[in-house]
Amino acid sequence: MYKGRAHKVGAHIDTDAIIPARYLVTTDTEELGRNCMSGLEAGWVDRVKKGDIMVAEENFGCGSSREHAPLALLGAGIPVVVAHSFARIFYRNSFNMGLILLEIGDEVKKIDDGDQLEIDAQAGVIKNVTKGLTIETQPVPPFMQNILNKGGLVNYVKDRLQQTA
Amino acid sequence: MRHTLAQKILQRHTDQQITKDGQIVQCRVSKVLANDITAPLAIKSFNSMGATDVFDKDKVILVCDHFTPNKDIASAEQVKVVRDFATAKHITHYFEGGDCGVEHALLPEIGLVGPGDIVVGADSHTCTYGGLGAFATGMGSTDIAGAMVLGETWFKVPPTIRVVLNGTLPQWVGGKDIILEVIGRLGVAGALYKALEFAGPVVDQLSIEQRLCMSNMAIEAGGKAGLFPADAKTLAYCKAAGRTGDVELYADEGAHYEREIVIDCSALTPRVACPHLPDNVKPVAECAGIRIDQAVIGSCTNGRIEDMREAAAVLKGRKVAKHVRCIILPATPGIWKQCLKEGLLEIFMDAGAIVGPPTCGPCLGGHMGILAGGEKAIATTNRNFKGRMGSLESEVYLSNPAVAAASAIAGAICHPGKA
Repeated sequence: MYKGRAHKVGAHIDTDAIIPARYLVTTDTEELGRNCMSGLEAGWVDRVKKGDIMVAEENFGCGSSREHAPLALLGAGIPVVVAHSFARIFYRNSFNMGLILLEIGDEVKKIDDGDQLEIDAQAGVIKNVTKGLTIETQPVPPFMQNILNKGGLVNYVKDRLQQTA
Repeated sequence: MRHTLAQKILQRHTDQQITKDGQIVQCRVSKVLANDITAPLAIKSFNSMGATDVFDKDKVILVCDHFTPNKDIASAEQVKVVRDFATAKHITHYFEGGDCGVEHALLPEIGLVGPGDIVVGADSHTCTYGGLGAFATGMGSTDIAGAMVLGETWFKVPPTIRVVLNGTLPQWVGGKDIILEVIGRLGVAGALYKALEFAGPVVDQLSIEQRLCMSNMAIEAGGKAGLFPADAKTLAYCKAAGRTGDVELYADEGAHYEREIVIDCSALTPRVACPHLPDNVKPVAECAGIRIDQAVIGSCTNGRIEDMREAAAVLKGRKVAKHVRCIILPATPGIWKQCLKEGLLEIFMDAGAIVGPPTCGPCLGGHMGILAGGEKAIATTNRNFKGRMGSLESEVYLSNPAVAAASAIAGAICHPGKA
């Protein structure tokens, strides 16, 4: 169960907004986290408390393939992103990095900036405590659930290597 | 089942039967690519996977093109990680020095990608190779690490949007203008999770350079891939690049498309994508007069020899406006040398342009042309997100090379016929 305050952003938040290219000279999660969302607004990350939840409109994470984007969010202490929809590469990357994504379409209108959320990611249920609403989402496709069950792509590949060894 | 180009290529690389869109298939990959920003993370994941070797040392390609020539100590350290890995794993295709160019211009030029291939790259503009009839798509570093180890990866079979290009191309209008028009119509999320397939009579008129430019920007509509059929022109290009054994490749007659959009190319004028998204597309006439501080001509979108010729034709015998920094970056050493042979570099320098080495540099606000607050640039690159080329208070306008060159002369956005 994840509990935290919603930080709501708009549509088409691109990877240059999530982590500008000038910060891509490191692969360190903490360091990336300190500059998270600085392409949207300088010092944006200062409002985030560990465990808070990012909420976005359409096409979150569009643009570059940089895996530094989900890492920056994780480094900032954000474990879950709820959005109308996600850009494709960002979606794959987040699964691989262990950042949880919930795609909820127009239901995202039921969440405002500052709302208190409780999220059961496994069941795909989002509770908006502030508004007294519950939002249900689509379950993760079985193939991807299999990768998640193994603990992400790194472990999935590790398993496969051990099977063939 | 009759297959679209995307389905057809995926089918050739899997033992599963592709029967519908949305199906998840495990495919063997032809080439796996990463660059100086994404390879270090991929190498980290590679090591965490407990892998010792890549699946095929001839099929993993590492190109250090983003912050190179290394802009600072941190980027030099990253390149060192990539170089050490390439050495330890005996990677055949490692590029860093005088043979290095912008990856998506370099790989087609030296014949490392071709029709029917599946290419996965830790770079979103990997979709460029769709211009040669390859299924090519960007992924993140860990997905790429998995592909480096296993030689395969999973795909969700994408639905395809067919883009029919009718008419004939007017003067000053090229691949860049068509793809900006497509992105303007579809929107930046219009092709999310989908493939684009280009068709219609204009395909024959498009050079391979223009097709690569168009496929390159499929991602700016959210697309997974942007595919052209491989025709006689493609095969001639691939042969000249040193490849053998390539064959023509077309979608099956009667394949199912999710939808179709039709562009009347005869009616197009040069297009400009205004800040801060690539779908904010307007005819150049509507942007005329916007004062610029910088013009960038280069990148994986428009840094090829045809683009250089197009810019040179406009700049010849003219002068860049005093207040404009016109930065021209031929995208590969091969293109650079060709510019030298054809006298294009002299034209650029006589016009007062700055000619730099092949690098992604300014496109992503890396180096070699960063914008200050309040500055505006016109660029032949692919993204105009807020802060993309520098300060959050700067602006980027995207155009074809002729428009960028004309604007550099005029000091403001300008139609090339009016510079």
